[in-house]
Amino acid sequence: MMKILVAVKRVVDYAVKIRVKADKSAVETSNVKMSMNPFCEIALEEALRIREAGAASEVVAVSIGPAQCTETLRTALAMGADRAVHVDAGAAPVYPLSVAKILRAIVEEEKPGLLILGKQAIDDDCNQTGQMVAGLLRWPQGTFASKVVLDKEKQVATVEREVDGGLETISIDLPAVITTDLRLNQPRYATLPNIMKAKSKTIKKISPADLKVELRSDIEVVQVTEPPQRKAGAIVSSVDELIHRLKDEARVL
Amino acid sequence: MASCSIFRTLRNCRFSSISPSPICRLINTLVLGEHDGGFVKPSTLSAVTAASSISKDNSISILLGGSGSALEKAVSHAASFHPLISQVLVADSDILMHPLAETWADLVHLLQQKSGYSYIISASSSFGKNILPRSAAILDVSPITDIIQISEPHLFVRPIYAGNALCTVRYTGTDPCMMTIRSTSFPIPSIQADSNHDAAPISQVDLSIFNKEKSMKSRWLKLTSQETDRPELGNARVVVTGGRALKSADNFKLLEKLAEKLGAAVGATRAAVDAGFVPNDLQVGQTGKIVAPELYMAFGVSGAIQHLAGMRDSKVIVAVNKDPDAPIFQVADYGLVADLFEVIPELLEKIPQKK
Repeated sequence: MMKILVAVKRVVDYAVKIRVKADKSAVETSNVKMSMNPFCEIALEEALRIREAGAASEVVAVSIGPAQCTETLRTALAMGADRAVHVDAGAAPVYPLSVAKILRAIVEEEKPGLLILGKQAIDDDCNQTGQMVAGLLRWPQGTFASKVVLDKEKQVATVEREVDGGLETISIDLPAVITTDLRLNQPRYATLPNIMKAKSKTIKKISPADLKVELRSDIEVVQVTEPPQRKAGAIVSSVDELIHRLKDEARVL
Repeated sequence: MASCSIFRTLRNCRFSSISPSPICRLINTLVLGEHDGGFVKPSTLSAVTAASSISKDNSISILLGGSGSALEKAVSHAASFHPLISQVLVADSDILMHPLAETWADLVHLLQQKSGYSYIISASSSFGKNILPRSAAILDVSPITDIIQISEPHLFVRPIYAGNALCTVRYTGTDPCMMTIRSTSFPIPSIQADSNHDAAPISQVDLSIFNKEKSMKSRWLKLTSQETDRPELGNARVVVTGGRALKSADNFKLLEKLAEKLGAAVGATRAAVDAGFVPNDLQVGQTGKIVAPELYMAFGVSGAIQHLAGMRDSKVIVAVNKDPDAPIFQVADYGLVADLFEVIPELLEKIPQKK
């Protein structure tokens, strides 16, 4: 039966107010709370639900990055993934094109029927990886999914997508790549017994070189800066004052 | 002085048309176009603006796909819209009627092989974000998402971490440099369609070698859209937004009334969308729409990081909230600490009627 591969990323927790490093090289990530990217949680939840509905036999979580990614994978295992693969790429940033190539290599090895990813990581906000793996594999893609219905017999997925101006429904042949939007599902919490159980599940560690993927980048970060601050506004005391100031001061009414 | 510099520009133009500048290599750009109801979408025209800011000598081709009279009309709109559009490419086929990533990415691949573009650009719409990274991977280049500034031909600024940091990136790869641009950062110049420039030549894309078979792994079924006569959220001059504090879908009608009076679009926070008050294509924020209107009015919006990401570039921000400590007040130009259920009716009564 079908195997599902889910890619998960470790990012600065969504609630953290980030700080730009003084040397403008990047955003400060040491001593900052890190979590699984929210869209990846949704991707994993969807895979687990498909398995629980009997349409898949195994859910494999993959993460690419430094040693600490194993924590994210442990979370994935505690949520219910069967096993995990950690591609240890060291501390250097890995850009979506390389991530996509690594995922392609893993797909070729694991041969899943479905690859699910979040639609974007909340740190780089790229919104690229899923589309790129799909392109490299020449698989069809169902991006920004808010509903996924699998037809096991026909090997087809019906995907409702969140697009500008409404919801679009497409039908894609398996194997396929799906990226998740916020409204696809509500991810579960890992329970204590499941967290304990996750400790005995396996995390296979490999390197990009094992997968014959060369990490190179055609993008160079020149600097990271704070966005311009808005100047302090005024608190008005009444609707009349608000209308008056919008009319005469800001001239937008 | 002014007339002198205009003269110089003119002379340079004429000069360069005879013998192209030997220093500058030829830059040609493909803009992936979206059209609706016979018109090229404003976001696509923003992508043309972005393309024109890369280089003065940029030869810009705009690609439109689909079939039927809507395509024909959009093609003539594109051809006459902007003097900087040097060519309109028409991919006339039923399989391009709906924007499926598989077919579109193959089409882009085909065009790149034929014409070797230096840039391929689209707006950061759901269309562009779906298609462009896929074609970039097929062409083995890294795309760059949601550019807000083009500093040099290969130097771009884009927001990261929900707009809480700006990242300057240099593209060091081979052609084509592929990017999606944030439309609100590249406003469309107010050039009239009838101004005196020649219409751009139109050429049909030869789709005969286009492999239809391999593109059929996906099928378009339907689009469920919310019909409204209010302006589109992404381009509206005024946006009124409601948060969880609106309490119900019914109360959102109050906001809609205000929007009508202001000629505004209605937006919402994730909380309001999740609570089912409004459909999700109205969500403003990191994962929803990015807006930058002249006036943004937030009612009962707390101002979470993810929401601010979608509206912080608005010219004037107004916040109405009962909670004086709501983070939205830190970005608001005008804040009113009050109950929105009292403020909105009063605004409805006192705001001058829009024509």
